[in-house]
Amino acid sequence: MVSRKLLGSSVVAVTGLAAFSIVAILVVILGSIVAGGKDTLSWSFLTSAPTEGMTAGGVFPAIIGTMVLVLLMSIAGVPAGVITALYLSEYASQKSVLARGIRFAVNTLAGVPSIVFGLFGLGFFVQFVGTGMDRVLGGGGALQWAQPNILWASLTMALLTLPVVIVSVEEAIRNVPSDLRAASLALGATKWQTIWKIVLPNSMNGILTGGILAVSRGAGEVAPILFTGAAYFLPHLPGALSDQFMHLGYHVFIMSTQSTNVDATRGIQYATTLVLLLLTFVLNLSAILLRSRLRARAMA
Amino acid sequence: MLSESSHMQDGHIGITHADREGGAGLSAHPPDRGGTRFTAEGLRKRFRPVEFLTEKFVTIVAMTSLAAIVMIFVFVFREAIPLLFGKDSGGVAAVTRVEEEQETYGEEFLGEGNAEVDRNRTRSASAETAGSEGEATVRNLLSETWQPVSGEPKYGLLPLVVGSLKVTVIAVLLAAPLAILAALFTSSFAPRWAKEVLKPAIELLAGFPSVVIGFFALVTLATLMQDLFGFEYRLNALVGGVAMALAVIPIVYTVAEDALAAVPKFMKEASLALGATHWQTALFVTLPAATPGVFAAVLLGFGRAFGETMIVLMATGNAALLGWSLARPVRTMSATVGAEMAEVVFGDTHYHVLFLIGAVLFVFTFILNAVAEVYIRERLLRRFRGEGT
Repeated sequence: MVSRKLLGSSVVAVTGLAAFSIVAILVVILGSIVAGGKDTLSWSFLTSAPTEGMTAGGVFPAIIGTMVLVLLMSIAGVPAGVITALYLSEYASQKSVLARGIRFAVNTLAGVPSIVFGLFGLGFFVQFVGTGMDRVLGGGGALQWAQPNILWASLTMALLTLPVVIVSVEEAIRNVPSDLRAASLALGATKWQTIWKIVLPNSMNGILTGGILAVSRGAGEVAPILFTGAAYFLPHLPGALSDQFMHLGYHVFIMSTQSTNVDATRGIQYATTLVLLLLTFVLNLSAILLRSRLRARAMA
Repeated sequence: MLSESSHMQDGHIGITHADREGGAGLSAHPPDRGGTRFTAEGLRKRFRPVEFLTEKFVTIVAMTSLAAIVMIFVFVFREAIPLLFGKDSGGVAAVTRVEEEQETYGEEFLGEGNAEVDRNRTRSASAETAGSEGEATVRNLLSETWQPVSGEPKYGLLPLVVGSLKVTVIAVLLAAPLAILAALFTSSFAPRWAKEVLKPAIELLAGFPSVVIGFFALVTLATLMQDLFGFEYRLNALVGGVAMALAVIPIVYTVAEDALAAVPKFMKEASLALGATHWQTALFVTLPAATPGVFAAVLLGFGRAFGETMIVLMATGNAALLGWSLARPVRTMSATVGAEMAEVVFGDTHYHVLFLIGAVLFVFTFILNAVAEVYIRERLLRRFRGEGT
């Protein structure tokens, strides 16, 4: 009896230990990055460009590049994601072959390795669409679009984050009570009026959450932009869609593996990583806050 | 909610004139047996151009994901296929030599940020010619050496496949037990406060950009492990595997926890009613019932680790060595694509080989995800409905 009790508590102890070792891992990673980066991180680090051959200065262009990337990505990806979610939950019947195909495609898309998205971006956007655009717009043989740039990187990233938006929005749409839809239809509203006035406003939380989760993912992924538009160093900020851009995650990668003096720039590397982490945390946090505010308004 | 819908009512939604007419038509003329007089007008669904167009528009936009998958398939394979049919895709091309060594790569390069600028690791920029003998035949692809940039390029994929498998297996072996035990703890034993700590913590870990985990592995974990085990090489398969485990834990945990939480209450209650303790129920009822879901979790973790790029690119040392040692550097398939794609010549054999690697990654993860899906959808649900396995 005693041994059985002992066995029982040891089972609980072992599983609990496993669970809290994950928390410990998290604390260790966070702690090491905060400890390494807090001395370098300052206001001027955030607002100045790299100087002295990237061994000093800040990460301002990388922050701007990341922001422009996620902005373009959201403009392209979020509407498409919301409309797909609308189709899946409002328009398609569950038996429809097309709807099942789309659902399958969304699941598949979510599992495609990010580096394959990068290859696709290169093969499709840069090589195929870009070359086509150059031929049509015809800039006298000069390459304008058929090379990596921020537009192609954003579109690649939009595809990568599409499933995140779709899943989040669809869940929210399904949570809209069917009574509301029925009431709206019974009052004579058409399907689209019902969607526009009832379904979408009531699933705003999900749309915002999906968008913010996508932005958080898009800010952190590096593999898809390795060869679709990210640049090591640029003297100026991206000013056109056909410009390349600097990116926080790419900056971390490049500074920690390919800089001349890796050890001398440790502080910058840590601080850049810290900025990237803070950015994703702030995004996730704002998603949660926004959601709770919207909920409070819906309750009132 | 109420105020909102009443607002709707006097606002924009009202019964249109056309609808009233239609309804009136129906009651005024009861259907006779011929029915030709009003079925056409009165009973038929009214054609609304706006509704029609929005529905078509929504359907077309919804096909984006479907189109994306098809195009990823087409465009990745399109660039990989010339290899397998032996078309001459090589040609004389100047290639920047890449030295694949440990973490420190060549000099930095500051310049205009256009495509011509070689953004990456150019240590010795000796131009070489990759002649027609550099064509990757199937035999070349199956060889044991990966040496894409040399007088006689060798595109043996074997070291890369073995490298990927080594890192992935280490990662899954480390992550899966930890994550499954943690999921069991959360679903069966954890008090409320523990859940409130664990769930956000795991979500936070899942939200870590992989480049952050890669950086942590490169800077902190590698040194730590070298001090512990005395590795000859600071970056190696084991460091990469441990780092990858950090990325795999949240996935396995989330999917496994979902499966465990979905086990019907009656199963647990029956077990408890028969006198089993909580831990016996957890180990011998809940966990076995959720096995298909847990298995799917492991598969998904495997797929994620196999395709993940930045972590292995930063933490494995990136030397294409074939062998069983875990303490030596490895080069995985995804890292090879990530590291070399930026400097290959378009249309070169090397370029096509990298796309072939991408195609293999795509197909492999596709299969893993499909199998995992089947396990979750079919087996798990059937078991919970009490239909056995």
